[in-house]
Amino acid sequence: MEPVIVFENVHYTYPGDELESLCGVDLQIEKSSFVAVLGHNGSGKSTLAKHMNAILVPDEGRVTVCGVDTADEERILDVRRRVGMVFQNPDNQIVANVVEDDVAFAPENLGVEPAQIRRRVDEALKTVGMYELRMHAPHLLSGGQKQRVAIAGVIAMEPEIIVLDEPTAMLDPQGRAEVVSTVTRLCREKGMTVVLITHHMDECIGADRLIIMSNGHVAADGSPEAVFADLSLMEREGLTVPETARLLHDLRAAGMELPDERLDIDGCADEIAAQFLASES
Amino acid sequence: MLKNVTLGQYFPGDTVVHRLDPRTKLILVIVYIIALFQAAGWIGYAAVTVVTLLCMALSQIKPSTMFKGVKPMLFIIALTALLNIFYTTGTPVRPGWIVTWEGIARAFQMMLRIVLLITGTFLLTYTTSPIALTDGLERLLNPLKKLHVPVHEMTMMMSMALRFIPTLIAETDKIMSAQKARGADFETGSLISRAKALLPILVPLFVSAFKRADELAVAMESRCYHGGEGRTRMKQMHMAARDYAALVLGALFLAGMIVLKRLGL
Repeated sequence: MEPVIVFENVHYTYPGDELESLCGVDLQIEKSSFVAVLGHNGSGKSTLAKHMNAILVPDEGRVTVCGVDTADEERILDVRRRVGMVFQNPDNQIVANVVEDDVAFAPENLGVEPAQIRRRVDEALKTVGMYELRMHAPHLLSGGQKQRVAIAGVIAMEPEIIVLDEPTAMLDPQGRAEVVSTVTRLCREKGMTVVLITHHMDECIGADRLIIMSNGHVAADGSPEAVFADLSLMEREGLTVPETARLLHDLRAAGMELPDERLDIDGCADEIAAQFLASES
Repeated sequence: MLKNVTLGQYFPGDTVVHRLDPRTKLILVIVYIIALFQAAGWIGYAAVTVVTLLCMALSQIKPSTMFKGVKPMLFIIALTALLNIFYTTGTPVRPGWIVTWEGIARAFQMMLRIVLLITGTFLLTYTTSPIALTDGLERLLNPLKKLHVPVHEMTMMMSMALRFIPTLIAETDKIMSAQKARGADFETGSLISRAKALLPILVPLFVSAFKRADELAVAMESRCYHGGEGRTRMKQMHMAARDYAALVLGALFLAGMIVLKRLGL
């Protein structure tokens, strides 16, 4: 798979800080993949996200997005139109008083033709399932709905990559589910590359790849099944694994033979049931 | 308690007034204000009142809604009227009184003038969405860009401010509840102690507003905002026949008012 975002030995220290927030990160994000990034507070996961669309540029090393160096100020719009960013607080990223005007903001900034903007806005709102509420005032929407509007606002820019920096941190469980299923669909159906920064383990289960950040380093990188199977690493990082991973791990430790890991609840149940049936017969 | 702020509120509708281009409405409001200040006598005031009532009827804004907008200004209106009654020279109502017939007439006219002024401008904000209003303003002031006036930046700031009013009001409510839960008292005590009690609300409100502004700026940049240059708009404004008709009517109204003033009516 061709990499769309490449980190090469990236170091970054926030002005006024003594500790480095990123200390030598090497990373490649492949096209059309769904990558989840986990880590506790201060692990550098948000700093990592902010490097992906040139909000921050590395002190040392290099970040390239589709071949464009993010440190190249001349081409900053090239980077930002390719990498859409969704932030934590839905209230602070909605700029207009009407949903559809907000979604139109990015294409307007890019100087897209009015008729084309209309088409993109309608399409984006339908993709996130907010088309019916297009004339609403954003402050009257629920948190999950606001966050979906923010995602639509990014899709209307027609980016190749969408980076979500803890989009679910301020939402209730229902809002979280709405947002996660929307981004999963974007990746699976539209082939968009998705980078989801989060601290909810269960949101990582559907990802192709899971990266654990710790003190500015990449502590683990692999499929969610493989990463969650390493319980000692997860404990060291102060992260609790999803309940399904814990259950499978304990069963295996007790001597049960489980072929491969399935972390969604139904899959996990199926496997355990299959094992019981096999041992009975 | 902060929910009933009607300042700059917009009532969606589908009347002729709602459909007018925001630029037309902005120009008409300016024309209206100039015309209002031409009114010198009772006939002049009557003419403006009739036009105002006509516009209200056309926009289907209920008089009760309009009154809600005027209500916060009642104190100032009453004060102006009172001062005019006492400080106008002329024939006293009774020999020896300071109150004069001219003063009473003047007070009525002043009251009428303020009420009409508020009503006229509120008709604009009641029938035009804030976004349309700031867009119209930007287009109207566009020629000033040649003189390096930051028109786009100014109107962008206005629309941002309007966007964040409900958010900040909700936040103020939340902070007030939080401070009340800790025993803060906003309702009793002298004026000064009540003003002091507001400090624990204002400080967190400002801190969070700055944080919001910071995050908003990053979010806007992430969506490729780079000033007004090369920016397009999804909703194009176009002047229709009704806009030109409205402007002609506005011009006629102003001309009529100037004539009335010349005649001293």
